[in-house]
Amino acid sequence: MDFRLTDEQLQIEEMVRGLSRKEFAPRAAQVDEESRYPAENHRRLAELGLLGMLYPASFGGSEAGPVSYSIALREVAGGCAATGVGMAVTNMTGEAIFRFGSDSQRSRYLPILSAGKGPGAFALTEPGAGSDAGGLSTFAREDGDGYVIDGSKVFITNGTNACVTIVMALTRRSPRKISAFLVEADTPGFRVGKGERKMGIKGSDTVSLSFEGCRVPKSSMLGAPGEGLRIALSTLDGGRIGIASQAIGIARSAFSTATEYARDRRQFGHAIGEFQAIRWKLADAATELDAAQLLAFRAASLKEKGLPHSKEASMAKLFATEAGNRACHAALQVLGGYGYIREYPVERHLRDIQVTTIYEGTSEIQRLVISRALRG
Amino acid sequence: MVFDLTEEQRMIQDTAREFARKEVLPKAAELDENSRFPEELIRQMAELGFMGIAVPQEYGGAGMDTVCYAIAMEEISRACASTGVIMSVNNSLACDPILTFGSEEVKREYLVPMATGKTLGCFGLTEPGAGSDAGSQKTTAVRDGDFYVVNGTKNFITNAPQADTCILFTMTDKAKAHKGITAFVVDMKWKGISLGKHEKKMGIRASATSSIIFEEVRVPSKNRLGNEGDGFKVAMNTLDGGRIGIASQAIGIARASLEDALSYSKDRKQFGQPICDFQAIQWMLADIATEIEAARLLTWRAAWMKDRKMRHSKESSMAKLYASEVAMRAAVKGVQIHGGYGYINEYPAERHFRDAKITEIYEGTSEIQRLVISAELLKG
Repeated sequence: MDFRLTDEQLQIEEMVRGLSRKEFAPRAAQVDEESRYPAENHRRLAELGLLGMLYPASFGGSEAGPVSYSIALREVAGGCAATGVGMAVTNMTGEAIFRFGSDSQRSRYLPILSAGKGPGAFALTEPGAGSDAGGLSTFAREDGDGYVIDGSKVFITNGTNACVTIVMALTRRSPRKISAFLVEADTPGFRVGKGERKMGIKGSDTVSLSFEGCRVPKSSMLGAPGEGLRIALSTLDGGRIGIASQAIGIARSAFSTATEYARDRRQFGHAIGEFQAIRWKLADAATELDAAQLLAFRAASLKEKGLPHSKEASMAKLFATEAGNRACHAALQVLGGYGYIREYPVERHLRDIQVTTIYEGTSEIQRLVISRALRG
Repeated sequence: MVFDLTEEQRMIQDTAREFARKEVLPKAAELDENSRFPEELIRQMAELGFMGIAVPQEYGGAGMDTVCYAIAMEEISRACASTGVIMSVNNSLACDPILTFGSEEVKREYLVPMATGKTLGCFGLTEPGAGSDAGSQKTTAVRDGDFYVVNGTKNFITNAPQADTCILFTMTDKAKAHKGITAFVVDMKWKGISLGKHEKKMGIRASATSSIIFEEVRVPSKNRLGNEGDGFKVAMNTLDGGRIGIASQAIGIARASLEDALSYSKDRKQFGQPICDFQAIQWMLADIATEIEAARLLTWRAAWMKDRKMRHSKESSMAKLYASEVAMRAAVKGVQIHGGYGYINEYPAERHFRDAKITEIYEGTSEIQRLVISAELLKG
């Protein structure tokens, strides 16, 4: 048992925290206000090796490992949650290609993902297949030396700018078999639809995708035929550690604004931090965020060792996102009216963090995963 | 970041789990029913080294670390929360302050028998008028040559009826408020010491709780822990460790609630299926399980920090606050999952509920933990 970070992890923490505070946080309000995709942030992440943290240097990655990745993502999300989710999905896409892809797929996509030529995207969700991810209906029909994809995807993060999108599609209807494909941006028949207008993470690009007679070569299949759902679920185990980390980052930012405010703000002749009403909120938030961090690190460290971590990742995601939401709510309340106006970042943190209990598996899906594991 | 247990930590987990399952669990309901002190279990636990786990072997202990202590506490409390607190008080509140603040002579005389489990310890801090406000001690100790003369009353003292040794807190200089508190090691057989009312409690009934009355008790100066005025520091430092014990106890109780509810929900059929197939039940189980793991990580972190002699007040308070509130939530849900069967004492769910409640109160209420945590946060 050792609760310390390694020197390398501490260095990454310090470096990314500095970057996030100096460059991302100051732009975050404007990015949110204008619902603008911060391409310049993505480029900076590439320069610092933060887009390919889960695969080796031979493919352009930094192979920093799941714990370092969790730390880096937390720090980025603390400055700008929208930049954080773009980073998360790019890393996740790269990791899936590294784990399940052929050498030629790896060489083709991994170096450009880590170099920031464009983000990666992961297209699983459909209008009729949300939590019930296996119920998707996009179909890839085998045709000569390729597949022809028809269907549509929704709520796809990074969809507009992605240099490569992992698309899950049925390759057989009965019995149902899902396969994964790597689809490039300019493929004929592949079209990016409208951008969603969201409550938060407004700088993150969220779009629908449509596939109409979209022809891809057989070599674009990721993994084996029928392996798609397994690839998706296994990728999401890692993704959930990422979203837990994102939530912790957002919540820590809100919490630190609230703590500072509680020290400075005076009412009834006292700093409001002297009132138990305020102190209780801070104590609960700090305790829960520490617990969330430990759960996320535990899941990441299991993953780092190549051990099963599905239940632990779900616990981390469930707990961190819900505790993070509570912490952001409490922080806003500590700031009172100032929490509600956009001059302070806390209302944005609250809007941003809400999505973490929804994407990459809702809290309800996490509870299903956990309770199934308990039942044995 | 390494979350694996060491060989030694795994070993004590196995030993404690096995002992708890075989020896403690079958007795827990009866101990509760009869409010009976589990003397035979304490003897067996002494043989296993559980009464002084983190005390070095040269002082009669098992020479293990605080993480081992937390692990063993959880396992014993999983079976019987009362047995858990008897063990916790002896380890954390009686052995630990002597180990940290006692002279060599005091260690030889009092720590060795207590750590080996030949004697039992208690911790006399709380008074009728000094609960959360522990600094407002009324018990006095007045210097008289090589002795102090002690007068006053302590109440809610766990283990007092069976204890041989008491870590006693007194006021030696009232003008200095909490800086005028002095701690002593006291032999419970000394003249002038008597037991007051034996409390009847909601839960942890097999653990005995009573007041202790001190009338003109002569305590040798050599039995002082630290200097005059160090008492508050001794108490707070001791409680930082004690809170790790209570957090572990709370996790054990929470696990009992979860494991019992889980097995009931697999057997119990309603509407033609086991109730664990309903999301209403699954949600409760998933939340309890997640919160237990969060609580355990907070607790082991605090224990690990204590082992490295790092300052761990905030982390111990977080562990205790969170774990005890998890225990209570788990117990409420555990009873609910059992429905009517949760409310009758044929099933253990209602005992877990009664036992869990105390963990939010003793060794610093949840409110005191929040004070400690927020004070650290706002220090900035």
